[in-house]
Amino acid sequence: MSDVKKFLYLNRRAPYGTIYAWESLEVVLIGAAFDQEVSLMFVDDGVFQLVKGSDTSELDMKNFMPTYRTLGDYGVRHLYVDKASLEARGLTQDDLIEVAWEDWETEEEVDNIVEIVDSGQAIGVFEESDVVFSF
Amino acid sequence: MADLYTVNKSPFEKNSLEDVIRFSGEGASILFIEDGVYGAMAGTAVSDLVANATGRKFYVLGPDLKARGIAEDRLIDGVELVDYAGFVDLVVENDKVQAWL
Amino acid sequence: MGTINVNGKELEVDEEGYLANINDWEPGVAEVMAKEDGLELTDEHWDIINFLRDYYEEYQIAPAVRVLTKAVGKKLGKDKGNSKYLYGLFPYGPGKQACRYAGLPKPTGCV
Repeated sequence: MSDVKKFLYLNRRAPYGTIYAWESLEVVLIGAAFDQEVSLMFVDDGVFQLVKGSDTSELDMKNFMPTYRTLGDYGVRHLYVDKASLEARGLTQDDLIEVAWEDWETEEEVDNIVEIVDSGQAIGVFEESDVVFSF
Repeated sequence: MADLYTVNKSPFEKNSLEDVIRFSGEGASILFIEDGVYGAMAGTAVSDLVANATGRKFYVLGPDLKARGIAEDRLIDGVELVDYAGFVDLVVENDKVQAWL
Repeated sequence: MGTINVNGKELEVDEEGYLANINDWEPGVAEVMAKEDGLELTDEHWDIINFLRDYYEEYQIAPAVRVLTKAVGKKLGKDKGNSKYLYGLFPYGPGKQACRYAGLPKPTGCV
């Protein structure tokens, strides 16, 4: 048994209209400092958080889309995206940002940790997580 | 004369859009703003709500669409893109504004 | 809210001395802040300050110290990517102090 716990952040809200997406991201960034295994799951309108090409210049709001791309640097291992939620919104993986991950010690690299999962795989992710934070 | 309806909630999360279409009269203008702009996207599970609504004109606020990375070519046919000035024009042109949250 | 005077301009800072508006930044900001701390800025300091500004430009956040350390190591060499080196340059903490000089907000998660 190790002390490393598996944390899963569940995101179900669209970005910008409410503060949930940004709050979740901030908590992830803070929590990632504690050397736990951190993954994110995007379900329902949460999948909109990863749509690329965001431009908030006319809204007077911070564009936090680029910040998701740093999650790999913060040691986040997986960004799971629910397939059914994506399909219901007419989106595909091509519409989503890519997030790279690299182990700085072993130099092991993964080009993109954004992964589309079906319900069965998602159930597995929820089951194997020690803690689930919901936003 | 008719009313302008604004919808600011995602149609996947709340039924505001569905209600607005149901309760707005012929000739109504319906403007998608904030998270409501997702209701203007083509090819989604709820696109038919707008595509099948007759006698109503739909508009979407460009800055809110841009912020969410949704390109103009993904809009449902017939939905018109407006900027803030266009929003103001709509307010002026209609009898009153009903904000459906 | 207070202000600092940089090249004759009064720039707003928050209660912890961070620039209120990131767009107000110019190199003189770092120099004025360092002088107040009794620190002489060297090329090594500027490497880190410029690195932080690039990082913010790309990701829209100030990195946590742990991430900063790793990223500096990767970009500027392993001999610089360690906390001893970074604390040597910025004794008040590379996250807090260097970010302040770079005009960035305080790093998320930094207390």
